[in-house]
Amino acid sequence: MNVTPVVAVVTPYTVTPGLMDALQVTILVLVALGATAVVLTRAPARQAIVLSVYGILMAVLFLAFQAPDVTLSELTVGAVALPILLLLTLAKVKRREK
Amino acid sequence: MTPGQRRWLFLAAMACLAVFLVWGLAGLPGFGDYPGPYGDIINRIAVSQTNATGVVSAINFEYRGFDTVGEEFILFVAAAGVATVLRRLRGEREGPARDEAAGRELQPTSEAVRVVALALTGPAVVMGWYLASHAQTSPSGGFQGGVVLATAFVLVYLGGQFLAFERISPVDLTDAVEALGAGGFAAVGIAAMVMGLPYLQNFLPLGTVPGAVSSSGTIALISFFVGVEVAAAFVLIVGELLDQTLLVRQGSE
Repeated sequence: MNVTPVVAVVTPYTVTPGLMDALQVTILVLVALGATAVVLTRAPARQAIVLSVYGILMAVLFLAFQAPDVTLSELTVGAVALPILLLLTLAKVKRREK
Repeated sequence: MTPGQRRWLFLAAMACLAVFLVWGLAGLPGFGDYPGPYGDIINRIAVSQTNATGVVSAINFEYRGFDTVGEEFILFVAAAGVATVLRRLRGEREGPARDEAAGRELQPTSEAVRVVALALTGPAVVMGWYLASHAQTSPSGGFQGGVVLATAFVLVYLGGQFLAFERISPVDLTDAVEALGAGGFAAVGIAAMVMGLPYLQNFLPLGTVPGAVSSSGTIALISFFVGVEVAAAFVLIVGELLDQTLLVRQGSE
């Protein structure tokens, strides 16, 4: 079927493709490093905080790949809600162990 | 099985996994190459068909709205499950609310944390409602807005104390609001059926201007219900966990 190609829209905020590529590669590398950091952090409470930072990196990744709606979800869930739930659970488990 | 055998089994399994992974990756479409026709079709017709410029919301709450109902009820059931599992059991009793950290003195909330939490609570409420009520015009929606709204309640806990959190979000009320949000979404679909249309068909006037806040008919309405449901679900889950952490003691203690 005939699908009209999407025409590139130029706005004052448009960056050159090369710059966008560099941004995307950078954030991909940062996310890979962040994921490794989460795995390598052994103390659970610390891991929750590192996971929160990783969530922020993921949010930037989604933004760099043109998915602002997923960015918002990832920011709220990955960077805030999930670490909070983990920390609360850890607090409860620690008390029970005491 | 000896540790040596176990290691060989692990290495063999990892080798198989690696082969399949590389094979699968080699068959992926190229970076940025979108093969399917649906995205292109939606991109062309969504705005004129729904008057919503937030096309992602138009897809979530209109084209695949039935799918989103399912997702909605996953969260609803999860929150209900947390409330059920964490109810007060026999042999548990509630003590006075106090923060505890294993192995260190209890720290009073610092003034800096209180001020920051207080300063952020209002903006979190406004931001949450803005996101939940502007799904039709921007890449936001009820889900993101609901979670942001829920963080306002968590900020109240951080800045004040647990009692304030409980006072502004009593469990019965939060339960009811959550059910109202989830039920409201399902009811929008049923309302369409009552009018003789397919389930979740957009039956409200779409407005005349694409991108106006009042446009897009049921998309905005469903987003509102989703925002209410998600906010209540998160407040409920965090509240139950705070209950567990701060109040409930084992009877034997």
